[in-house]
Amino acid sequence: MNLVKILGEFLRSLGEATLFLFTMVRALPAALLRPRLVVQQIYMVGMLSLIIITISGSFIGAVLALQGYRTLVQFGASSSLGALVAFSVMRELGPVMTGLLYAGRAGSSLAAEVGLMKATDQLSGMEMMAVDPIKRVIAPRFLAGIIAMPLLTAIFSLMAIGVAGGYLIGVVVLGVDDGSYWSQIHTGLHPHDVVETLIKSLVFGVAVNWIALYQGYHAAPTSEGVSRATTSTVVLSSLTVLALDFVLTAFMFR
Amino acid sequence: MTSDGQEILVRVRGLRFAFGPRLIYDGIDIDIPRGKVTAIMGPSGTGKTTLLRLIGGQWRPQAGSIEFDGVDVHQQSRRQLFELRKRMGMLFQNGALLTDLTVFENVAFPLREHSGLPDSMIRDIVLMKLEAVGLRGAAQLYPEQISGGMARRVALARAVALEPAMVMYDEPFTGQDPISMGVLMRLVRTLNEALGLTSILVSHDVQEVLSISDYVYVVAGGKVLERGTPEAIRDSQSPMVRQFLDGKPDGPVPFNYKTERDYATDLLGGAA
Repeated sequence: MNLVKILGEFLRSLGEATLFLFTMVRALPAALLRPRLVVQQIYMVGMLSLIIITISGSFIGAVLALQGYRTLVQFGASSSLGALVAFSVMRELGPVMTGLLYAGRAGSSLAAEVGLMKATDQLSGMEMMAVDPIKRVIAPRFLAGIIAMPLLTAIFSLMAIGVAGGYLIGVVVLGVDDGSYWSQIHTGLHPHDVVETLIKSLVFGVAVNWIALYQGYHAAPTSEGVSRATTSTVVLSSLTVLALDFVLTAFMFR
Repeated sequence: MTSDGQEILVRVRGLRFAFGPRLIYDGIDIDIPRGKVTAIMGPSGTGKTTLLRLIGGQWRPQAGSIEFDGVDVHQQSRRQLFELRKRMGMLFQNGALLTDLTVFENVAFPLREHSGLPDSMIRDIVLMKLEAVGLRGAAQLYPEQISGGMARRVALARAVALEPAMVMYDEPFTGQDPISMGVLMRLVRTLNEALGLTSILVSHDVQEVLSISDYVYVVAGGKVLERGTPEAIRDSQSPMVRQFLDGKPDGPVPFNYKTERDYATDLLGGAA
Protein backbone atom coordinates (compact mmCIF):
# COMPACT_ATOMS: atom_id res chain seq x y z
CA MET A 1 0.00 0.00 0.00
CA ASN A 2 2.75 2.35 1.02
CA LEU A 3 4.77 1.40 -2.04
CA VAL A 4 1.79 2.20 -4.26
CA LYS A 5 1.53 5.61 -2.61
CA ILE A 6 5.23 6.35 -3.09
CA LEU A 7 5.04 5.24 -6.72
CA GLY A 8 1.95 7.39 -7.23
CA GLU A 9 3.70 10.38 -5.72
CA PHE A 10 6.77 9.79 -7.91
CA LEU A 11 4.65 9.56 -11.06
CA ARG A 12 2.74 12.68 -10.08
CA SER A 13 5.89 14.78 -9.64
CA LEU A 14 7.34 13.32 -12.84
CA GLY A 15 4.21 14.43 -14.69
CA GLU A 16 4.38 17.83 -13.06
CA ALA A 17 8.05 18.20 -14.00
CA THR A 18 7.27 17.20 -17.60
CA LEU A 19 4.54 19.81 -17.83
CA PHE A 20 6.99 22.33 -16.37
CA LEU A 21 9.50 21.43 -19.09
CA PHE A 22 6.86 22.03 -21.78
CA THR A 23 5.97 25.38 -20.22
CA MET A 24 9.64 26.38 -20.20
CA VAL A 25 10.17 25.31 -23.80
CA ARG A 26 7.05 27.21 -24.87
CA ALA A 27 8.47 30.30 -23.16
CA LEU A 28 11.87 30.05 -24.91
CA PRO A 29 10.92 32.44 -27.75
CA ALA A 30 10.03 35.00 -25.07
CA ALA A 31 13.51 34.50 -23.60
CA LEU A 32 15.06 35.11 -27.03
CA LEU A 33 13.27 38.44 -27.11
CA ARG A 34 15.13 39.42 -23.93
CA PRO A 35 18.74 38.75 -24.94
CA ARG A 36 20.07 40.99 -22.16
CA LEU A 37 18.52 38.78 -19.49
CA VAL A 38 19.93 35.67 -21.16
CA VAL A 39 23.43 37.15 -21.38
CA GLN A 40 23.22 38.19 -17.73
CA GLN A 41 22.31 34.64 -16.78
CA ILE A 42 25.06 33.12 -18.95
CA TYR A 43 27.40 35.26 -16.89
CA MET A 44 25.82 34.05 -13.63
CA VAL A 45 25.83 30.32 -14.40
CA GLY A 46 28.68 30.12 -16.92
CA MET A 47 31.25 32.79 -16.26
CA LEU A 48 31.05 32.40 -12.51
CA SER A 49 31.51 28.61 -12.83
CA LEU A 50 34.71 29.07 -14.84
CA ILE A 51 37.13 28.87 -11.92
CA ILE A 52 35.85 25.56 -10.59
CA ILE A 53 35.66 24.17 -14.14
CA THR A 54 39.20 25.15 -15.17
CA ILE A 55 40.81 23.99 -11.93
CA SER A 56 38.93 20.69 -11.92
CA GLY A 57 39.73 20.15 -15.60
CA SER A 58 43.42 20.65 -14.93
CA PHE A 59 43.51 18.20 -12.05
CA ILE A 60 41.49 15.55 -13.85
CA GLY A 61 43.76 15.80 -16.88
CA ALA A 62 46.86 15.69 -14.69
CA VAL A 63 45.72 12.58 -12.82
CA LEU A 64 44.73 10.88 -16.07
CA ALA A 65 48.19 11.55 -17.48
CA LEU A 66 49.92 10.19 -14.39
CA GLN A 67 47.85 7.01 -14.26
CA GLY A 68 47.90 6.54 -18.04
CA TYR A 69 51.64 6.98 -18.22
CA ARG A 70 52.22 4.38 -15.49
CA THR A 71 50.26 1.78 -17.45
CA LEU A 72 51.38 2.72 -20.96
CA VAL A 73 55.05 2.85 -20.14
CA GLN A 74 54.97 -0.85 -19.19
CA PHE A 75 54.09 -1.64 -22.81
CA GLY A 76 56.44 0.94 -24.21
CA ALA A 77 53.44 2.86 -25.49
CA SER A 78 53.88 6.08 -23.58
CA SER A 79 53.76 8.03 -26.84
CA SER A 80 50.02 7.16 -26.99
CA LEU A 81 49.40 9.14 -23.80
CA GLY A 82 47.83 12.01 -25.74
CA ALA A 83 45.22 9.74 -27.29
CA LEU A 84 44.40 8.12 -23.96
CA VAL A 85 43.84 11.42 -22.21
CA ALA A 86 41.90 12.87 -25.13
CA PHE A 87 39.58 9.87 -25.49
CA SER A 88 38.85 9.69 -21.78
CA VAL A 89 38.13 13.38 -21.52
CA MET A 90 36.22 13.90 -24.74
CA ARG A 91 34.02 10.85 -24.50
CA GLU A 92 33.35 10.65 -20.78
CA LEU A 93 35.03 12.82 -18.21
CA GLY A 94 34.56 16.18 -19.93
CA PRO A 95 30.78 16.25 -20.18
CA VAL A 96 30.15 14.14 -17.06
CA MET A 97 32.45 16.04 -14.72
CA THR A 98 31.25 19.38 -16.09
CA GLY A 99 27.66 18.23 -15.54
CA LEU A 100 28.38 17.21 -11.95
CA LEU A 101 30.32 20.36 -11.15
CA TYR A 102 27.68 22.52 -12.82
CA ALA A 103 24.98 20.85 -10.72
CA GLY A 104 26.88 21.67 -7.55
CA ARG A 105 27.94 25.17 -8.49
CA ALA A 106 25.21 26.62 -10.70
CA GLY A 107 22.27 24.22 -10.29
CA SER A 108 22.14 24.67 -6.54
CA SER A 109 22.32 28.45 -6.82
CA LEU A 110 19.58 28.50 -9.47
CA ALA A 111 17.29 26.43 -7.25
CA ALA A 112 18.03 28.57 -4.19
CA GLU A 113 17.57 31.84 -6.09
CA VAL A 114 14.25 30.87 -7.64
CA GLY A 115 13.06 29.25 -4.40
CA LEU A 116 13.83 32.40 -2.44
CA MET A 117 12.15 34.56 -5.07
CA LYS A 118 9.08 32.44 -4.53
CA ALA A 119 9.35 32.53 -0.73
CA THR A 120 9.64 36.33 -0.73
CA ASP A 121 6.61 36.76 -3.04
CA GLN A 122 8.73 38.13 -5.88
CA LEU A 123 7.21 35.63 -8.31
CA SER A 124 3.65 36.35 -7.09
CA GLY A 125 4.44 40.03 -7.29
CA MET A 126 5.40 39.62 -10.95
CA GLU A 127 2.22 37.69 -11.66
CA MET A 128 0.20 40.50 -10.14
CA MET A 129 2.06 42.97 -12.34
CA ALA A 130 0.87 40.88 -15.29
CA VAL A 131 4.41 39.64 -15.96
CA ASP A 132 4.73 35.89 -16.45
CA PRO A 133 7.55 34.70 -14.16
CA ILE A 134 8.11 31.70 -16.45
CA LYS A 135 8.94 34.08 -19.30
CA ARG A 136 10.79 36.68 -17.24
CA VAL A 137 12.67 34.54 -14.72
CA ILE A 138 12.64 30.86 -15.66
CA ALA A 139 13.03 30.73 -19.45
CA PRO A 140 16.09 33.06 -19.64
CA ARG A 141 17.83 30.98 -16.96
CA PHE A 142 16.95 27.73 -18.75
CA LEU A 143 18.25 28.99 -22.08
CA ALA A 144 21.40 30.43 -20.50
CA GLY A 145 22.12 27.13 -18.78
CA ILE A 146 21.74 25.17 -22.01
CA ILE A 147 24.11 27.57 -23.78
CA ALA A 148 26.63 27.60 -20.94
CA MET A 149 26.99 23.84 -20.48
CA PRO A 150 28.66 22.96 -23.84
CA LEU A 151 30.94 25.98 -23.51
CA LEU A 152 31.98 24.93 -20.02
CA THR A 153 32.49 21.38 -21.24
CA ALA A 154 34.74 22.64 -24.03
CA ILE A 155 36.81 24.68 -21.59
CA PHE A 156 37.01 21.76 -19.16
CA SER A 157 38.21 19.44 -21.92
CA LEU A 158 40.71 21.96 -23.22
CA MET A 159 42.19 22.41 -19.76
CA ALA A 160 42.29 18.66 -19.13
CA ILE A 161 43.84 17.63 -22.44
CA GLY A 162 45.90 20.55 -23.52
CA VAL A 163 46.80 23.32 -21.20
CA ALA A 164 47.42 22.52 -17.58
CA GLY A 165 46.36 18.88 -17.30
CA GLY A 166 47.56 16.06 -19.55
CA TYR A 167 50.01 18.21 -21.48
CA LEU A 168 51.68 19.68 -18.41
CA ILE A 169 52.12 16.36 -16.64
CA GLY A 170 52.68 14.14 -19.70
CA VAL A 171 54.94 16.32 -21.80
CA VAL A 172 56.50 18.85 -19.46
CA VAL A 173 56.89 16.71 -16.33
CA LEU A 174 57.09 13.08 -17.53
CA GLY A 175 58.85 13.85 -20.77
CA VAL A 176 56.51 12.33 -23.37
CA ASP A 177 57.42 13.67 -26.80
CA ASP A 178 55.57 16.86 -27.62
CA GLY A 179 54.96 15.94 -31.25
CA SER A 180 53.67 12.45 -30.62
CA TYR A 181 51.38 13.70 -27.82
CA TRP A 182 49.55 15.98 -30.26
CA SER A 183 49.75 13.76 -33.34
CA GLN A 184 48.17 10.85 -31.41
CA ILE A 185 45.29 13.14 -30.50
CA HIS A 186 45.10 14.39 -34.07
CA THR A 187 44.91 10.95 -35.67
CA GLY A 188 42.91 9.28 -32.87
CA LEU A 189 40.09 11.75 -32.32
CA HIS A 190 37.35 11.88 -34.93
CA PRO A 191 34.73 14.54 -35.49
CA HIS A 192 32.09 12.17 -34.14
CA ASP A 193 33.88 12.19 -30.77
CA VAL A 194 33.41 15.93 -30.63
CA VAL A 195 29.78 15.54 -31.70
CA GLU A 196 29.31 12.97 -28.94
CA THR A 197 30.68 15.41 -26.36
CA LEU A 198 28.45 18.13 -27.69
CA ILE A 199 25.33 15.96 -27.58
CA LYS A 200 26.10 14.79 -24.07
CA SER A 201 26.76 18.26 -22.74
CA LEU A 202 23.57 19.61 -24.33
CA VAL A 203 21.50 16.78 -22.84
CA PHE A 204 23.11 17.30 -19.43
CA GLY A 205 22.53 21.04 -19.74
CA VAL A 206 18.81 20.52 -20.34
CA ALA A 207 18.55 17.95 -17.54
CA VAL A 208 20.42 19.82 -14.80
CA ASN A 209 18.79 23.19 -15.50
CA TRP A 210 15.36 21.60 -15.77
CA ILE A 211 15.80 19.89 -12.40
CA ALA A 212 17.22 23.00 -10.72
CA LEU A 213 14.52 25.35 -11.99
CA TYR A 214 11.73 22.86 -11.29
CA GLN A 215 12.96 22.32 -7.74
CA GLY A 216 13.26 26.06 -7.13
CA TYR A 217 9.92 26.96 -8.69
CA HIS A 218 8.07 24.26 -6.78
CA ALA A 219 9.92 24.70 -3.49
CA ALA A 220 7.82 25.16 -0.37
CA PRO A 221 8.02 28.90 0.42
CA THR A 222 9.94 28.40 3.68
CA SER A 223 13.61 28.20 4.68
CA GLU A 224 13.30 24.45 4.92
CA GLY A 225 11.65 24.29 1.50
CA VAL A 226 14.48 26.22 -0.15
CA SER A 227 17.12 24.11 1.56
CA ARG A 228 15.34 20.96 0.47
CA ALA A 229 15.14 22.25 -3.11
CA THR A 230 18.88 22.93 -3.31
CA THR A 231 19.76 19.53 -1.85
CA SER A 232 17.40 17.67 -4.17
CA THR A 233 18.78 19.63 -7.12
CA VAL A 234 22.34 18.50 -6.47
CA VAL A 235 21.40 14.89 -5.63
CA LEU A 236 18.89 14.40 -8.45
CA SER A 237 20.89 16.13 -11.14
CA SER A 238 24.11 14.30 -10.26
CA LEU A 239 22.32 10.97 -10.47
CA THR A 240 20.56 12.02 -13.66
CA VAL A 241 23.82 13.05 -15.30
CA LEU A 242 25.42 9.70 -14.48
CA ALA A 243 22.40 7.68 -15.60
CA LEU A 244 21.95 9.67 -18.80
CA ASP A 245 25.66 9.31 -19.53
CA PHE A 246 25.31 5.55 -19.45
CA VAL A 247 22.25 5.61 -21.70
CA LEU A 248 23.85 8.00 -24.18
CA THR A 249 27.12 6.06 -24.28
CA ALA A 250 25.23 2.81 -24.86
CA PHE A 251 23.41 4.39 -27.81
CA MET A 252 26.46 6.02 -29.32
CA PHE A 253 28.82 3.11 -28.69
CA ARG A 254 30.55 1.89 -31.80
CA MET B 1 -24.73 50.18 -7.90
CA THR B 2 -25.31 49.76 -4.19
CA SER B 3 -28.48 50.81 -2.41
CA ASP B 4 -26.95 54.19 -1.65
CA GLY B 5 -26.11 54.78 -5.31
CA GLN B 6 -22.39 53.96 -5.28
CA GLU B 7 -20.78 52.26 -8.21
CA ILE B 8 -19.23 48.88 -7.42
CA LEU B 9 -15.77 48.04 -8.80
CA VAL B 10 -15.30 44.60 -7.24
CA ARG B 11 -18.25 42.36 -6.56
CA VAL B 12 -17.72 39.15 -4.59
CA ARG B 13 -20.67 36.77 -4.53
CA GLY B 14 -21.09 33.49 -2.64
CA LEU B 15 -17.34 33.02 -2.43
CA ARG B 16 -16.29 29.67 -1.09
CA PHE B 17 -12.64 28.75 -0.69
CA ALA B 18 -10.85 26.03 1.25
CA PHE B 19 -7.25 24.95 1.70
CA GLY B 20 -7.67 21.18 1.73
CA PRO B 21 -9.95 20.47 4.69
CA ARG B 22 -9.62 24.00 6.11
CA LEU B 23 -12.54 26.17 5.06
CA ILE B 24 -11.43 29.80 4.66
CA TYR B 25 -14.53 31.40 3.14
CA ASP B 26 -17.99 29.98 3.40
CA GLY B 27 -20.08 31.87 0.88
CA ILE B 28 -19.28 35.52 1.52
CA ASP B 29 -20.53 38.58 -0.37
CA ILE B 30 -18.40 41.73 -0.52
CA ASP B 31 -18.82 44.92 -2.54
CA ILE B 32 -15.90 47.27 -3.08
CA PRO B 33 -17.22 50.72 -4.06
CA ARG B 34 -15.32 52.63 -6.73
CA GLY B 35 -13.15 55.52 -5.63
CA LYS B 36 -13.24 54.62 -1.92
CA VAL B 37 -10.89 53.06 0.59
CA THR B 38 -12.49 49.83 1.73
CA ALA B 39 -10.94 47.92 4.59
CA ILE B 40 -11.17 44.20 5.23
CA MET B 41 -10.43 43.55 8.89
CA GLY B 42 -10.28 40.38 10.88
CA PRO B 43 -8.12 38.29 13.15
CA SER B 44 -4.94 36.68 11.79
CA GLY B 45 -5.56 33.52 9.84
CA THR B 46 -9.01 34.45 8.58
CA GLY B 47 -7.77 34.55 5.01
CA LYS B 48 -7.62 38.28 4.37
CA THR B 49 -4.55 37.89 2.16
CA THR B 50 -6.27 34.93 0.50
CA LEU B 51 -9.10 37.25 -0.49
CA LEU B 52 -6.68 39.57 -2.30
CA ARG B 53 -5.12 36.65 -4.13
CA LEU B 54 -8.57 35.46 -5.14
CA ILE B 55 -9.49 38.92 -6.42
CA GLY B 56 -6.20 39.06 -8.33
CA GLY B 57 -7.00 35.69 -9.91
CA GLN B 58 -3.91 33.97 -8.49
CA TRP B 59 -6.10 31.38 -6.79
CA ARG B 60 -9.43 29.93 -7.82
CA PRO B 61 -12.43 29.72 -5.52
CA GLN B 62 -14.30 26.44 -5.16
CA ALA B 63 -17.58 28.26 -5.65
CA GLY B 64 -18.90 31.75 -6.16
CA SER B 65 -17.69 34.57 -8.36
CA ILE B 66 -15.54 37.67 -8.25
CA GLU B 67 -16.22 40.46 -10.72
CA PHE B 68 -13.76 43.24 -11.38
CA ASP B 69 -15.33 46.13 -13.26
CA GLY B 70 -18.07 43.83 -14.50
CA VAL B 71 -15.73 41.06 -15.67
CA ASP B 72 -15.65 37.68 -13.92
CA VAL B 73 -12.00 37.31 -12.91
CA HIS B 74 -12.04 33.52 -12.92
CA GLN B 75 -13.66 33.11 -16.34
CA GLN B 76 -10.75 34.78 -18.17
CA SER B 77 -7.99 33.23 -20.22
CA ARG B 78 -4.46 33.80 -18.90
CA ARG B 79 -3.92 36.58 -21.41
CA GLN B 80 -7.17 38.31 -20.48
CA LEU B 81 -6.35 37.91 -16.80
CA PHE B 82 -3.00 39.60 -17.34
CA GLU B 83 -4.80 42.47 -19.09
CA LEU B 84 -7.07 42.79 -16.04
CA ARG B 85 -4.11 42.75 -13.67
CA LYS B 86 -2.54 45.72 -15.40
CA ARG B 87 -5.46 47.64 -13.92
CA MET B 88 -4.88 46.25 -10.41
CA GLY B 89 -1.90 47.12 -8.28
CA MET B 90 -0.99 45.00 -5.33
CA LEU B 91 1.17 45.84 -2.37
CA PHE B 92 2.53 42.69 -0.75
CA GLN B 93 3.15 42.57 2.97
CA ASN B 94 6.93 42.53 2.60
CA GLY B 95 6.97 44.66 -0.53
CA ALA B 96 8.06 41.78 -2.79
CA LEU B 97 10.62 44.02 -4.48
CA LEU B 98 12.93 42.34 -6.96
CA THR B 99 16.15 42.09 -5.00
CA ASP B 100 18.46 42.17 -8.02
CA LEU B 101 17.14 45.54 -9.22
CA THR B 102 17.57 49.04 -7.77
CA VAL B 103 14.66 50.98 -6.34
CA PHE B 104 14.47 52.91 -9.62
CA GLU B 105 14.45 49.75 -11.75
CA ASN B 106 11.84 48.14 -9.49
CA VAL B 107 9.43 51.00 -10.12
CA ALA B 108 10.38 51.04 -13.81
CA PHE B 109 9.80 47.28 -14.06
CA PRO B 110 6.06 47.25 -14.93
CA LEU B 111 6.56 50.22 -17.27
CA ARG B 112 9.39 48.51 -19.14
CA GLU B 113 7.36 45.32 -19.39
CA HIS B 114 4.07 46.83 -20.51
CA SER B 115 4.16 50.45 -21.56
CA GLY B 116 6.55 50.43 -24.52
CA LEU B 117 7.47 54.01 -23.62
CA PRO B 118 10.91 55.42 -24.43
CA ASP B 119 13.51 55.38 -21.67
CA SER B 120 13.42 59.13 -21.09
CA MET B 121 9.70 59.04 -20.45
CA ILE B 122 9.97 56.00 -18.18
CA ARG B 123 12.62 57.87 -16.22
CA ASP B 124 10.31 60.83 -15.71
CA ILE B 125 7.38 58.67 -14.64
CA VAL B 126 9.51 56.67 -12.20
CA LEU B 127 10.93 59.83 -10.64
CA MET B 128 7.42 61.25 -10.28
CA LYS B 129 6.15 58.09 -8.60
CA LEU B 130 9.15 57.97 -6.29
CA GLU B 131 8.69 61.64 -5.43
CA ALA B 132 5.06 60.92 -4.55
CA VAL B 133 6.20 58.39 -1.93
CA GLY B 134 9.10 60.61 -0.83
CA LEU B 135 11.87 58.30 -2.02
CA ARG B 136 13.29 59.99 -5.10
CA GLY B 137 16.56 60.26 -3.18
CA ALA B 138 16.71 56.48 -2.73
CA ALA B 139 16.36 55.70 -6.44
CA GLN B 140 19.79 54.14 -6.83
CA LEU B 141 19.71 52.02 -3.66
CA TYR B 142 19.07 48.28 -3.67
CA PRO B 143 16.16 46.77 -1.69
CA GLU B 144 18.50 45.36 0.96
CA GLN B 145 19.81 48.87 1.64
CA ILE B 146 16.45 50.36 2.62
CA SER B 147 14.19 49.79 5.64
CA GLY B 148 11.01 47.71 5.62
CA GLY B 149 8.83 50.81 5.66
CA MET B 150 10.72 52.31 2.75
CA ALA B 151 10.43 49.02 0.85
CA ARG B 152 6.66 49.22 1.19
CA ARG B 153 6.67 52.77 -0.11
CA VAL B 154 8.76 51.69 -3.11
CA ALA B 155 6.36 48.81 -3.67
CA LEU B 156 3.52 51.32 -3.52
CA ALA B 157 5.21 53.50 -6.13
CA ARG B 158 5.60 50.41 -8.28
CA ALA B 159 1.98 49.37 -7.71
CA VAL B 160 0.72 52.70 -9.06
CA ALA B 161 3.29 52.99 -11.87
CA LEU B 162 0.85 51.76 -14.51
CA GLU B 163 -1.94 54.03 -13.21
CA PRO B 164 -4.20 51.18 -12.12
CA ALA B 165 -7.87 51.52 -11.29
CA MET B 166 -7.43 49.75 -7.97
CA VAL B 167 -4.69 49.06 -5.44
CA MET B 168 -4.83 46.18 -2.96
CA TYR B 169 -2.83 46.62 0.22
CA ASP B 170 -1.87 43.50 2.13
CA GLU B 171 -1.22 44.38 5.79
CA PRO B 172 0.56 47.64 4.94
CA PHE B 173 1.02 48.73 8.57
CA THR B 174 2.26 45.51 10.15
CA GLY B 175 5.57 45.87 11.96
CA GLN B 176 6.00 49.57 11.19
CA ASP B 177 7.23 52.19 13.63
CA PRO B 178 4.75 55.04 14.37
CA ILE B 179 6.41 57.43 11.92
CA SER B 180 6.44 55.13 8.91
CA MET B 181 2.95 53.97 9.88
CA GLY B 182 1.83 57.60 9.71
CA VAL B 183 3.58 58.04 6.35
CA LEU B 184 1.94 54.95 4.90
CA MET B 185 -1.50 55.93 6.19
CA ARG B 186 -1.22 59.34 4.62
CA LEU B 187 -0.01 57.81 1.36
CA VAL B 188 -2.89 55.37 1.14
CA ARG B 189 -5.36 58.19 1.58
CA THR B 190 -3.68 60.81 -0.62
CA LEU B 191 -2.92 58.43 -3.47
CA ASN B 192 -6.52 57.28 -3.42
CA GLU B 193 -7.70 60.87 -3.84
CA ALA B 194 -4.97 62.14 -6.15
CA LEU B 195 -5.00 59.23 -8.60
CA GLY B 196 -8.72 58.52 -8.34
CA LEU B 197 -8.00 54.99 -7.16
CA THR B 198 -10.11 52.40 -5.49
CA SER B 199 -8.29 50.91 -2.53
CA ILE B 200 -8.74 47.63 -0.72
CA LEU B 201 -6.95 47.58 2.57
CA VAL B 202 -6.45 44.31 4.37
CA SER B 203 -5.30 44.79 7.92
CA HIS B 204 -5.79 44.07 11.57
CA ASP B 205 -4.54 47.40 12.84
CA VAL B 206 -7.92 48.56 14.10
CA GLN B 207 -7.45 52.25 14.90
CA GLU B 208 -5.34 53.03 11.83
CA VAL B 209 -7.76 51.31 9.51
CA LEU B 210 -10.86 52.87 11.02
CA SER B 211 -9.31 56.31 10.73
CA ILE B 212 -8.53 56.19 7.00
CA SER B 213 -11.16 53.96 5.43
CA ASP B 214 -14.54 54.87 4.01
CA TYR B 215 -16.09 51.47 4.42
CA VAL B 216 -15.17 48.48 6.56
CA TYR B 217 -15.83 44.75 6.46
CA VAL B 218 -15.03 42.62 9.50
CA VAL B 219 -14.51 38.98 8.55
CA ALA B 220 -13.87 35.98 10.77
CA GLY B 221 -14.55 32.28 10.62
CA GLY B 222 -15.26 32.40 6.89
CA LYS B 223 -18.14 34.88 7.26
CA VAL B 224 -18.66 38.61 7.09
CA LEU B 225 -19.43 39.57 10.70
CA GLU B 226 -20.09 43.23 10.18
CA ARG B 227 -20.02 45.80 7.44
CA GLY B 228 -20.46 49.53 7.44
CA THR B 229 -18.82 52.89 7.86
CA PRO B 230 -16.02 53.15 10.44
CA GLU B 231 -18.47 54.89 12.82
CA ALA B 232 -20.98 52.08 12.52
CA ILE B 233 -18.26 49.49 13.13
CA ARG B 234 -17.03 51.37 16.21
CA ASP B 235 -20.58 51.25 17.63
CA SER B 236 -21.12 47.59 16.77
CA GLN B 237 -22.53 45.48 19.56
CA SER B 238 -21.66 42.09 18.05
CA PRO B 239 -19.59 40.26 20.71
CA MET B 240 -17.07 39.02 18.19
CA VAL B 241 -16.56 42.42 16.60
CA ARG B 242 -16.26 43.94 20.07
CA GLN B 243 -13.63 41.40 21.08
CA PHE B 244 -11.67 42.20 17.94
CA LEU B 245 -11.95 45.98 18.25
CA ASP B 246 -11.19 46.06 21.97
CA GLY B 247 -8.45 43.46 21.74
CA LYS B 248 -9.83 41.17 24.45
CA PRO B 249 -7.72 38.01 24.81
CA ASP B 250 -10.69 35.69 25.34
CA GLY B 251 -14.24 35.75 24.05
CA PRO B 252 -16.07 34.31 21.05
CA VAL B 253 -12.60 33.83 19.53
CA PRO B 254 -11.13 31.57 22.23
CA PHE B 255 -7.68 32.06 23.70
CA ASN B 256 -6.97 28.35 23.54
CA TYR B 257 -6.49 26.54 20.26
CA LYS B 258 -9.16 23.89 19.77
CA THR B 259 -8.25 20.43 21.10
CA GLU B 260 -10.17 17.21 21.69
CA ARG B 261 -8.24 16.26 24.81
CA ASP B 262 -8.85 17.78 28.18
CA TYR B 263 -6.00 19.51 30.00
CA ALA B 264 -5.71 17.14 33.00
CA THR B 265 -5.74 14.01 30.85
CA ASP B 266 -3.13 15.56 28.60
CA LEU B 267 -0.84 16.37 31.52
CA LEU B 268 -1.23 13.00 33.19
CA GLY B 269 -1.12 11.16 29.88
CA GLY B 270 2.62 10.56 30.15
CA ALA B 271 2.39 9.06 33.67
CA ALA B 272 -0.56 6.79 33.02
